[in-house]
Amino acid sequence: MSIKINHLTHIYNSGTAFEKKALDDVSIEIKKGEFVGLIGHTGSGKSTLIQHLNGIIAPTQGEILLDGENIHKDKAKLKEVRRRIGLAFQYPEYQLFEMTVYKDVAFGPTNMQLSKEEIHANVVSALETVGIAPELYEKSPFELSGGQKRRVAIAGVLAMNPEVLILDEPTAGLDPKGRDEILQAIKRLHEERGITVILVSHSMEDVAKLVERIIVMHEGKISMVGTPKEVFRHVEMLESIGLAAPQVSYVFTALKEKGYDVPLDVYTVEEAKKVLLDFVKQVSV
Amino acid sequence: MIRDITIGQFYPVDSQIHRLDARVKLTMTFIFIITLFMVNSFIGYFFVVTALLAVIKVSKVPIKFMLKGIKSIMIIIIFTAVINLFMTRGEHILWQWGFLSITLEGVFLALKMCIRLVLLIIGSSVLTLTTTPIQLTDGIEFMLRPFKKIGVPAHEIAMMMTIALRFIPTLLDETDKIMKAQQARGADFDTGNLMQKAKSLIPILVPLFISAFRRAEELAMAMEARCYHGDENRTRMNRMIMQRRDYRALMIGLVYIVAILGLRYLPHLFPFII
Repeated sequence: MSIKINHLTHIYNSGTAFEKKALDDVSIEIKKGEFVGLIGHTGSGKSTLIQHLNGIIAPTQGEILLDGENIHKDKAKLKEVRRRIGLAFQYPEYQLFEMTVYKDVAFGPTNMQLSKEEIHANVVSALETVGIAPELYEKSPFELSGGQKRRVAIAGVLAMNPEVLILDEPTAGLDPKGRDEILQAIKRLHEERGITVILVSHSMEDVAKLVERIIVMHEGKISMVGTPKEVFRHVEMLESIGLAAPQVSYVFTALKEKGYDVPLDVYTVEEAKKVLLDFVKQVSV
Repeated sequence: MIRDITIGQFYPVDSQIHRLDARVKLTMTFIFIITLFMVNSFIGYFFVVTALLAVIKVSKVPIKFMLKGIKSIMIIIIFTAVINLFMTRGEHILWQWGFLSITLEGVFLALKMCIRLVLLIIGSSVLTLTTTPIQLTDGIEFMLRPFKKIGVPAHEIAMMMTIALRFIPTLLDETDKIMKAQQARGADFDTGNLMQKAKSLIPILVPLFISAFRRAEELAMAMEARCYHGDENRTRMNRMIMQRRDYRALMIGLVYIVAILGLRYLPHLFPFII
């Protein structure tokens, strides 16, 4: 399933003193099975863009095509669109409300009017994917730790079996352990279930490590699209719009300045380790 | 839908009305509300509406924004109108069915009550739309000061109001976010019978209450960390000083009162002039 965005413009509070153009003529296509990173400074329009994708907000101008069909064409189908495109908001743990973890995760599939067996299967598989142990199922979600709460909330979206998963800053405010657990779960989802993932993030490290393609947004427009290698090459450009390249690439730039002949397109720690070890071997030979 | 509530929302433009001292605006709003209930002729209402429109024009706030406040209390207005329409006894009966009757007096009374309510809301919206919440509560604190002697905790009331007003937009945003998050999980707030609709509010209300309590606790801690301990020996950053324009506004207010009183009592004293 592909998502195609055609000339999307969104204006908040149109016609008042609070008027704000959040998106300005955005066009992009996201293909099935892709892992896309969406980066941009606060207020660049990332959140507005992803809220359009499952029809939570309607475009001021332009359209969103899901498999070639405008999602706002038939209001009755909007619920189906929301099932197929799962959206986990920033701080999703604030949406938890049920008495138990299990019931909360079941909220989505229940709304989709699935059968009891299907609901159970979906809930259990979603909770397993995000790594929540069965002994926590009957606990109140408010007793859990911050990282656990967030994973439960993400499971609440996963339990609807979406074909596309959109995550808005899934690691914001978590400790390193919580962050790794969430990112692991997302990676597993993409690899095992083959679902399309759109990851909105401020962390260039996370993006460099996980995604296949990066969309850079600035002031409501798409300013760059490409693989991590292509995008992170433009460090000055990224810095000028309040972003940065992954920290590793600064290390390599510094090494180059010191006169070492290292490549400059290294963006993840794993890659850096390999390149540096090779380099050291070469030099000592 | 949820953004239609304008009470307590400041509209950020610069105008003569925005620049007035909050105390002056409070006094004027108070006078305006009292006069609303003194006026009892349609000529009088015509005058009040004209005056209000003039103020709105000067305030540079789009009239559309003022009218939004009415939408949220439409039910109360309709209810008042219906009650007055059917429950007023009078001589000129227009329509009767059992114990229900509509009289000419009732029609007029219902009309007047509606006009009063609408003007009341618009008039108070002018105050809240042109005054920042901080200025507003500073003004209220000042106005309540004389009552401190009889035990009215003026500062505490003002502080609570500041905080409450400050959090209205925050909680609205929060509600909006939670609604979207639950909609993304297939929640449906619009269809179903009354019972189902009430039930569909639970996924919004529970997270909203939790976040409101969390925010309250965080705020209380932050205030204590900065040694807040109430009114004693507290100084202000923004002191309220009356300017010439404030006195001028009060003069206009005085003229307005005289005009209202004139419209109300002159016809009685000199029945031959109108």
